[in-house]
Amino acid sequence: MLTLDSKTPVAPIEDAWTYHKNNNLRLVGPKNRTKYKVIVVGSGLAGASAAASMGAMGYNVECFCFQDSPRRAHSIAAQGGINASKNYRNDGDSTWRLFNDTQKGGDYRAREKNVYRLAELSTSIIDQAVSQGVPFAREYGGKLANRSFGGVLVERTFYCRGETGQQLLLGAYSALEEQIAAKKVKMHTRHEMLDLVVVDGRSRGIVVRNLETGEITSHAADAVVVATGGYGNVFYLSTNAKGCNVTANFRAYRKGAGFANPCFTQIHPTSIPASGDYQSKLTLMSESLRNDGRIWVPRDADEKRAPKNIPEEDRYYYLEERYPRFGNLVPRDVAARNAKDVCDQGLGVGPTGYGVYLDFGAAIQEKGIEAVKSKYANLFEMYQRITDDDPVETPMRIYPAVHYTMGGLWVDYNLMTNVPGLYAIGESNFADHGANRLGASSLMQCLADGYFIIPVTIGDFLSRQESGEITTDHPAFQETEAAVKDQINKLLAVKGTRTAQSFHRELGKIMWEHCGISRNKESLEEGLRKIPALREEFWRDLKLPGHPEELNQSLEHAGRVLDFLDFGELMCRDALLRDESCGCHFREEHQTPEGEAERNDEDYAFVSVFEYKGEGNEPELNKEPLSFEALPLAARNYKT
Amino acid sequence: MRIKLHVWRQSSRSDKGHMETYELDNVVAEMSFLEMMDTLNEKLTVEGKEPVAFDHDCREGVCGMCSMVINGEAHGPKSKTTTCQLYMRHFDDGAEIFIEPWRASAFPVVRDLVVDRSAFDRIIQAGGYISNHSGPKPDPNSIPIEPNLAETALDAATCIGCGACVAACPNGSAMLFTSAKVSHLGMLPQGQPERFDRAKSMVSQMESEGFGSCRNYAECEAQCPKGISIAFIGRLNSDFLKASLVEPIDRRGDMKAQ
Repeated sequence: MLTLDSKTPVAPIEDAWTYHKNNNLRLVGPKNRTKYKVIVVGSGLAGASAAASMGAMGYNVECFCFQDSPRRAHSIAAQGGINASKNYRNDGDSTWRLFNDTQKGGDYRAREKNVYRLAELSTSIIDQAVSQGVPFAREYGGKLANRSFGGVLVERTFYCRGETGQQLLLGAYSALEEQIAAKKVKMHTRHEMLDLVVVDGRSRGIVVRNLETGEITSHAADAVVVATGGYGNVFYLSTNAKGCNVTANFRAYRKGAGFANPCFTQIHPTSIPASGDYQSKLTLMSESLRNDGRIWVPRDADEKRAPKNIPEEDRYYYLEERYPRFGNLVPRDVAARNAKDVCDQGLGVGPTGYGVYLDFGAAIQEKGIEAVKSKYANLFEMYQRITDDDPVETPMRIYPAVHYTMGGLWVDYNLMTNVPGLYAIGESNFADHGANRLGASSLMQCLADGYFIIPVTIGDFLSRQESGEITTDHPAFQETEAAVKDQINKLLAVKGTRTAQSFHRELGKIMWEHCGISRNKESLEEGLRKIPALREEFWRDLKLPGHPEELNQSLEHAGRVLDFLDFGELMCRDALLRDESCGCHFREEHQTPEGEAERNDEDYAFVSVFEYKGEGNEPELNKEPLSFEALPLAARNYKT
Repeated sequence: MRIKLHVWRQSSRSDKGHMETYELDNVVAEMSFLEMMDTLNEKLTVEGKEPVAFDHDCREGVCGMCSMVINGEAHGPKSKTTTCQLYMRHFDDGAEIFIEPWRASAFPVVRDLVVDRSAFDRIIQAGGYISNHSGPKPDPNSIPIEPNLAETALDAATCIGCGACVAACPNGSAMLFTSAKVSHLGMLPQGQPERFDRAKSMVSQMESEGFGSCRNYAECEAQCPKGISIAFIGRLNSDFLKASLVEPIDRRGDMKAQ
């Protein structure tokens, strides 16, 4: 049984964070900070901002990333923007509104004081980023510009063209480089965390592999902060970068950290479909396209004509027919489920049969080519670059894709896991988005965690500890190192016939089929039978080239696939026990006649937190009950 | 599609390296260039040979990790396109394709097509930032910025740090990269206090890393996947010149930011 004390401050929600800082958190004095060593794993928005902030405060920080530079992390790919309740538009926005939208969007499966704090810090993030030189879009008068983003009634999204994530990451990266130059942060690039070292229940450091030389080394610290992002790549195909993985999170879980809500996966309805079995990743197209595009498939599964030669009566505008009131603008999850449904019926288009048309023909006829093009020029260009099709001439093909994972390591209000001294920030933790994340909120959460929360909360923990009590000479480090090396040798010793890539692809297909857009009991149970069988085959038939002591990308990948195999099982388990539909988790057994998710607050208003019980044993389920005092529960309703 | 590949193979930093030839006959036009490389690697692995190491991550043209010289051009034949966004339809059936790593003495080859670009990080460390701590900051609207200026700064900030400019330059110069960061920060009001110091120290770091000098070949701009303009090099030169005319005052080490 895990001790899940959320440490949420007992104070009115509007004052909770301030109250917590003033009354509950101890500080470490400037002179003492250098004595404490903090390890940050990951250098994306959360990791880089945390490492830079703590380095600047005077802590002795070491930061690790698997890429060749901290600037490469996948936060860089976020396009749309970042929310902040600045209320620059004078349109009635407020901290409360942003809190309300986030909590409602997450379908009430998040801790409300955490969510409120996120909304409260949102405005400081914009100030911080601008002071670093992030060139946000400006209006003619030189003031910051805003745009609106999915499902909210105010304009609160700040942006830099379609590259907001890149600019924010470069801001955090430059702050990190400043601290590296000042020798406050030591950066280890091309290093991958392969295990967490826990001594007497406390996190004491990590074991990493130098990806260039293959050398395995230990690093001790007074606290470890995991900021390694999401695990969407468990599906093999996702919009994540190729290197994104669950290993750091999963290794922490195996060392005692609770894993919360692993099954909560956000699937985006409008990505460019896979074109064949060789497909390596998926690219997102902005959802705004649904404002002018009509979605359809041919009525006849054997349709051979080119889309523009198919007459109206042979086209199945399934969203318009099934949801006459909302048509093509149904919520993300409904659009995604219906696309899968028609394709499963054999009506899908494109070489793989997993795609639907998004047609701008009607909009072009009505508004003219120029009007449509001016609105979507960059998206049309991006689409054409990848597919070689011009959306003006022939309808786009789209299909849903895994995009973001709301689950992650369980953390308390201080962002510390249940393992003392181990923190998780950004997409790595589970905290703020509940069962569904609103657009333009992920960048906000990463930076709130990194710039403003962890620099304060970590001091509370450190101030209660002696620094540097345990060094890498401790036997726990040797044992962990030995275990890491042992696993690498075992992987290389299988000497079978199949590549890690082929196992990853197969796992992805299982996850997509059984734990994807919509889930049901039988299918999840089948998934839970297929994954262990695949893992067995993995250990019997894996073929790995090369040696452990060199740059060996196949070996890196195989280790990540191994953790994905174990983790996929955990996801299915979570999806199976959550016998309700909420946010992105859609159980077919629980839906309204219109196909909307049907929540069960009586039985499932909790965070499911899994506790590792050893190889081959079932993990134990722990529950953190959620309370809704500030914002009472209400049905998620996008119809009125 | 059938294609013939000539790929640079080098087992480690100290290995001399050589070109090796491979043939692939199951390539389709819809494959991305890196998916073609994945296919090659799958084939090599199954055959018991060493796959080709190459850097890649986001595969949507923004992380700057992918880095191949394809038929003599950084990121291949298509302009304003990273290697990961290049598709096999840009090549003919039966094509012969030469794939090499970035070639520059400041970017040593680590293995096969993977190079060490840490010199870029060190150039940024030399001043590619606005000295800053996390914490309360003035409201951004208290310092209005002319939108065209903000947009031009963003044009420069769009640099993904891939290093194609260096690979494209006959001199292996990193001027486009350095000037993009100097210009991005030097144009904005927030970047003014450190503007000239920044230009000087970043250039000095760039030189000490072993990058060559700029001779205005403009190959960097032509092969930059983000189309960064060499006008920024002019800006850097201007700032550098001004910086050189004033007495050097190095207080950075003594002053505490904020």
